[in-house]
Amino acid sequence: MAAEGGMSLVVKTVTRWLKGLIFLFGMYIMIYGHLTPGGGFAGGVICASAFILITLAYGAPEAYRHLPRGAAEKLDSFGALTFLIIALLGLWFAGVFFRNFIGTSPESHFRLTSAGVIVPCNLAIGLKVLSSLFLVFVMLSALHIIVSGEGRRRIERRRHTP
Amino acid sequence: MIHAIPMMVVLPLAGAFFIPMVSRRAAWVPDAVGNAVMVVLAVISFGLIGREGIYHVGGWPTPLGIDLRLDGLTAILLLAVNGIGLCAALFSVSYMELYTSKFRYYSLFLFMVAGMNGVIITGDLFNLYVFMEIAAIASYALVAFGCEHEELEASFKYAVLGGVASSLILIGIAVVYMITGSLNMAQIADRIQTIGLTPPILLALCLFVAGFGLKAALVPFHAWLPDAHPSAPAPVSAMLSGVLIKAIGVYVMARLFFNVFGPTSDLLAVMRLLGVLSMVIGVLLAVGQWDMKRLFAYHSISQIGYVMLGLGLGTPLGLAGGLFHLLNHSVFKSLLFLNAGSVEYSTGRRNLKQLGGMARILPLTGGTTLVASMSIGGVPPFNGFWSKLIIIFACIRAGFYGLAGWAVLVSVITLASFLKVLRYGFYEAPAEKLRVERSMAPLMAVALLLLAISCLAMSLFVVTGLESPVLVDRAVEALSAGVFGM
Repeated sequence: MAAEGGMSLVVKTVTRWLKGLIFLFGMYIMIYGHLTPGGGFAGGVICASAFILITLAYGAPEAYRHLPRGAAEKLDSFGALTFLIIALLGLWFAGVFFRNFIGTSPESHFRLTSAGVIVPCNLAIGLKVLSSLFLVFVMLSALHIIVSGEGRRRIERRRHTP
Repeated sequence: MIHAIPMMVVLPLAGAFFIPMVSRRAAWVPDAVGNAVMVVLAVISFGLIGREGIYHVGGWPTPLGIDLRLDGLTAILLLAVNGIGLCAALFSVSYMELYTSKFRYYSLFLFMVAGMNGVIITGDLFNLYVFMEIAAIASYALVAFGCEHEELEASFKYAVLGGVASSLILIGIAVVYMITGSLNMAQIADRIQTIGLTPPILLALCLFVAGFGLKAALVPFHAWLPDAHPSAPAPVSAMLSGVLIKAIGVYVMARLFFNVFGPTSDLLAVMRLLGVLSMVIGVLLAVGQWDMKRLFAYHSISQIGYVMLGLGLGTPLGLAGGLFHLLNHSVFKSLLFLNAGSVEYSTGRRNLKQLGGMARILPLTGGTTLVASMSIGGVPPFNGFWSKLIIIFACIRAGFYGLAGWAVLVSVITLASFLKVLRYGFYEAPAEKLRVERSMAPLMAVALLLLAISCLAMSLFVVTGLESPVLVDRAVEALSAGVFGM
C-alpha cells in the first residue's frame, strides 16, 4: 500500500476493511433484487461506491489496480450487450422479445430461482451500472478547469492583491 | 414480420454497445458495423410500410406490459429516420476522418437512431420519455464532438435547454399518470374520454406543448437550434435538422394531441399559432445569415413551422400536407447539410463570404445543392413544391386565407435566401482563390445522389392525388382515426 497520496491512515485502513464488504453487499442486492428491495441498478451503485471509496482514500492509480479503465469500459458495453442478448433469447426460445423463457415451478417461490431471467437481467444491469458509474466518477475527477484570457488575469490580480 | 418491430431498437443498441468493445484493435469495425446496421434498419423500415400491429414486449397483454405500436404514421417516420440515417452513415465514412475516435462517433450515432426509433414505435408514455432522453443525450454529445470552444458552448446551451424540456415533459407525464393511473397511451386515451379535459390534464397539455415545442425548436422555444445544429459534424447536423427535431418533437406532439388527448379547437389554434410564428420568424432570421450551416438551421425552424401549420389545421388535407412536408423536409434539409459538409470537407470553409464558384470545383455538390435549394424554395417539380401547395390549399379550404398568404410569402423569402446561397457559394467567382484540400470521396457522392434523387422521386407521391399522397395517406388515416381504443 502506498503511504504517500490519498487520505489519512485511518481512512485508508477503514477502506481496506470495508471495500470487500461493500462489494459483497452490492452483489447481494443485485442477486436478491426480485425478492427483497433493490435490484440491478441499486446493487450496481453500491458496488461502484466500493471502487469510488478506494479512489477517494488512495487515489486513482490504486483504484485502477482493482478495476482498470479499459476493463471498466469493456464491462460497461458487455453488461448492456448481455442484457440485450437475454432479451433476444426470449425471442429465440419463447417466440416473443423479452419473454421470460426460464420456467419456474411453484416450489421455487420465494427462492433465488423463482424469477427466471430476472436474476441474469439484474446481474447484467448491475455490471453496466457498476462500471459506468465508476467511469463517470473517474471522468469527473479527471476534469481540470482551464481558465484563459480575462478569467486568468482576474485570478492573477486577485492573487497579487493582499 | 411482427418481430421486426422491436428490432428497430435492438439492432442500433446492439451496434452501439458492440462497437466500443472491439474497435480499439480493428479500426474498420466502426464504419462497417455502423453502416451495416443502418442498411438493415433501412431495409426493415421499407418492409414495415403498409403493415400495422401492436407488439407486446415480453408477451404481457396491454395494460400490464409495454406496447410497441406500428401504424401508418410510425411507418413513414421510421422510413425517414432510417433512410436519412443510412445516408448520413454513408457520408460519415470519409467525412469523420476529419475527427478523431470514430468508434465513439458511430456508437453515439447508433444510440441516437435507437432513441428516435424507440420514440416512434413505443405505445407507452414513460418508455417514450426514456427513448427521447437516449436520443437527446446522444445528440448533446454529438454536437460537442469537435470539442472546440464554439461546439462545447453550443452543446452546453443545447443540453441546458434540452434538460428544461425533458423536465417539463416528465412533470407532464407525472400529472397524466396521477390523473389517469396509466402510462399506456391507449389506456390513457380511453380514460381521458371518460374523465374529460379537466384542469390537471390541461396543465399536462401545456407542459407537453412547451416541452416538445422546445425539442422541435418552435418559436419561441428555438434559441438552442441555430447554435447546436451548425456546430455538429455535417452528418450529425443532417440527422438533427433532418429527423431528430421531428421524431422527438413534432411526431410526439402529433401522436399525443391527435391520438391520446384528442384534438380540440384550442389545441389546434395553439399549433397553428406556433407554426406561423416559427415559419415567419425563422425565415426572417435566416435571410441575414452568412454561415451556410447556420442559415440552413434557421430554415429548419421555418420549415418545421409549415409542418405544424399543416397539422394544426386538423383537416385531412392539412394533415396530409404537414406530414408530406415533414417527409420532404427531412430529405432536402439533410441533403443541404451534407452539401455544406462536402464543401467544408473540400475547402475547410462554410462562410458564404469566403466561398464562391463551388459549382465548378465540386460539380456534383453544386447540382445537389441546386436540387435541394429548389425543393426547399418550393419550385416545381421538386417535392417541396407539392407539400407546400397542399398546405396552402388546406389553409384556403379551411377558411384561413391569412395563413395561406403567410405560407406563400415565407416560401418566396425562403427561395430568395437560397438564391443567395447558390449565388455566393456556388456560382459567383470567389473573392480570393480557394484552395481545395480534399476531393470528394465516392461514398459521400453516393449519399448526396441518393438524397437528390429522392427529392425528385418523392414528388411522384402526388400521382394519387393531392388529397392522399402515397405513404402519407395511411399516416393521415392513423392521425385522423381519433384517439386510440383499448
